[in-house]
Amino acid sequence: MEEMLRTEDLWVSVGEQEILKGVDFSMNYGEINVLFGPNGAGKTSFMMTLMGFPRYKINRGRIIYKGVDITDKDIYERSKMGIGISFQRPPTVKGLSLKKLIEIISNSDINDEGIREKIEMLNLANHLDRGINDGFSGGEMKRSELLQLMIQKPDLVLIDEPESGVDIENIALVGEAINLLLGKDKVKDKKRGAIIITHTGYILDFVNADKGYIIIDGRLICSGNPRDILAEVKRHGYRRCVECR
Amino acid sequence: MSVSSKYLSELRSRAEKAINKKALYGPDVDIDRYKQYIERGKVESLENLEQQIKEAAIITGIDIEERQRSGSYLQIDQSVVYESLNKAYEGQLEIMSTTDAISKYDWLEEYFWRLVPVDQDKYTAQVALNMTHGYFIRVLPGQKPQYPVQSCLLVAESYISQNVHNIIIVEEGAELQVITGCTLSKGDAEGIHLGISEFFVKKGAKLIFTMIHNWADNFHVRPRTWVMVEDDGMYVNNYVLLKPVKSIQAFPVAYLKGNRASARFNTIVYGLKDSYIDLGSRIILEGEDSRGESIARTIAADESVIYSRGDLIAKTKGYCLAHLDCRGILFSKNAKIFAIPQLVSEGATRSELSHEASIGPIDEEQVEYLMSRGITREDAVSAITTGFLNLDIPYLPEFLDREIKEVIRITAKEAM
Repeated sequence: MEEMLRTEDLWVSVGEQEILKGVDFSMNYGEINVLFGPNGAGKTSFMMTLMGFPRYKINRGRIIYKGVDITDKDIYERSKMGIGISFQRPPTVKGLSLKKLIEIISNSDINDEGIREKIEMLNLANHLDRGINDGFSGGEMKRSELLQLMIQKPDLVLIDEPESGVDIENIALVGEAINLLLGKDKVKDKKRGAIIITHTGYILDFVNADKGYIIIDGRLICSGNPRDILAEVKRHGYRRCVECR
Repeated sequence: MSVSSKYLSELRSRAEKAINKKALYGPDVDIDRYKQYIERGKVESLENLEQQIKEAAIITGIDIEERQRSGSYLQIDQSVVYESLNKAYEGQLEIMSTTDAISKYDWLEEYFWRLVPVDQDKYTAQVALNMTHGYFIRVLPGQKPQYPVQSCLLVAESYISQNVHNIIIVEEGAELQVITGCTLSKGDAEGIHLGISEFFVKKGAKLIFTMIHNWADNFHVRPRTWVMVEDDGMYVNNYVLLKPVKSIQAFPVAYLKGNRASARFNTIVYGLKDSYIDLGSRIILEGEDSRGESIARTIAADESVIYSRGDLIAKTKGYCLAHLDCRGILFSKNAKIFAIPQLVSEGATRSELSHEASIGPIDEEQVEYLMSRGITREDAVSAITTGFLNLDIPYLPEFLDREIKEVIRITAKEAM
């Protein structure tokens, strides 16, 4: 299968602190990869670096996406090339309604049938007139993020901790939405790929992930079947991974 | 019967003594520069106005077709050119120039210059000595006209001093919405607009007053406004300034005299070029259980200077509650914002006054968030700015809310 994304010897710092220390990563079109790792290991930093947030400064290495070196491209350019992100903690944008944002992203009316369907599915009809994430619960924020991504239709989806702050009742809804977003429920979409960060692994009950990676102290230290990795982490934590390294 | 000549003469004499008195705030304007006087004839309908004037009026919310208005008042320079009352509302309200009203009603003596001190400064004095009309609107007791009254105070020529005195009386149990557009039809006009506004909201009455200012680089503006609210009355003041102005200074006062009276100020200001903007609101809470809220959103771009003032003054023996919320975004290294909230409690031991004030840059995290959704940096900044200025103003007619949002959107986009 053709390669979609590759990072080569990626060194990234935030402020004075070096966060990623030489990450070599590769994934193909249509692959769903899961990142595991303890807090502060660099999972979110890796994702934010892929999206192009300037706070994450690339000191060495490069990012190749769809065969193009995007290391120096900004967030907007990467988004237009088909990278999309669901934030773990998205900012609040008071005054700009979710409805308005959806209309800007989709360049169409909120009442467009395809859009309405997604809003209903994610149970967000009552949130459209509110400022983005303004007073949203954890679950509402995640659903809003997924709704925006469903409309944005990126080729590479980055999802940072979809379960965090979501109550049990809503986890299934979030899981189904991710499944739908990734097009894995029906005919397999060969193009759309994903990187998902998960702490709990709940999301693996809904998403048919291809590969798992463990990131510790800014380095990718091993990869394998995501369910096996999860089982191992649940049994022994990341202690053995550190030793294994 | 007109207002007594004795009273008018007393006012004149007090004004003469104050004609050189500088205002407490704002740069001092040499009003002697503005001596031009132009007499204009009336028009039959707003449709008959010159195109340039019509367009200027429309931008400030004026509906030329008057379909959803209960009445209209239009003044150009020093002349009243149009007054009308929708037939459906005859007997519910009256609209005329203040000049006509003080000749017609002797009882107006109880209202005319009773709130704004005639000798407050040279600008109040100038209006008293050289008044050039202004509107008088009165809603009869219990009447609630469905549509707003619109007024437009327009300046078309240079070196004009437009000295209007506006009076609104909302009688007991009545309700009124007023949309006022103050504007220039020529972008390079030099001059001054002086506006005295005295509003009376009687027992259980409601007044929603929305003012859109649309001035230009060489124009000075000095409004002086007092609103008195009686028991259970409600006053809402919406103010929008999104175009450059040479200087504007105003500090309108809502005097909550009655028990359970309330006032709310919503202020939206976008400082452009080298505008000098000194705006505020003062709420005096004298009635028991009175309530006040003052919300201001300001953006300072280019070389603009903005003073955003807010005073809450509690004087009641009973309970009162008031809050100030004053936020600013600074867009330019050469711009300045001064946020000056002030809370005063004068022996009001049960009053609860609070404020929050902030000045900051546009939030980069928000910009980047929107960029990650495929929105350019310019569009992201424009969307956030628009959102910042979009106060969800309660009681605002939907069409006006739409219109204000559209003006904000265009201004934010143009300012990028």
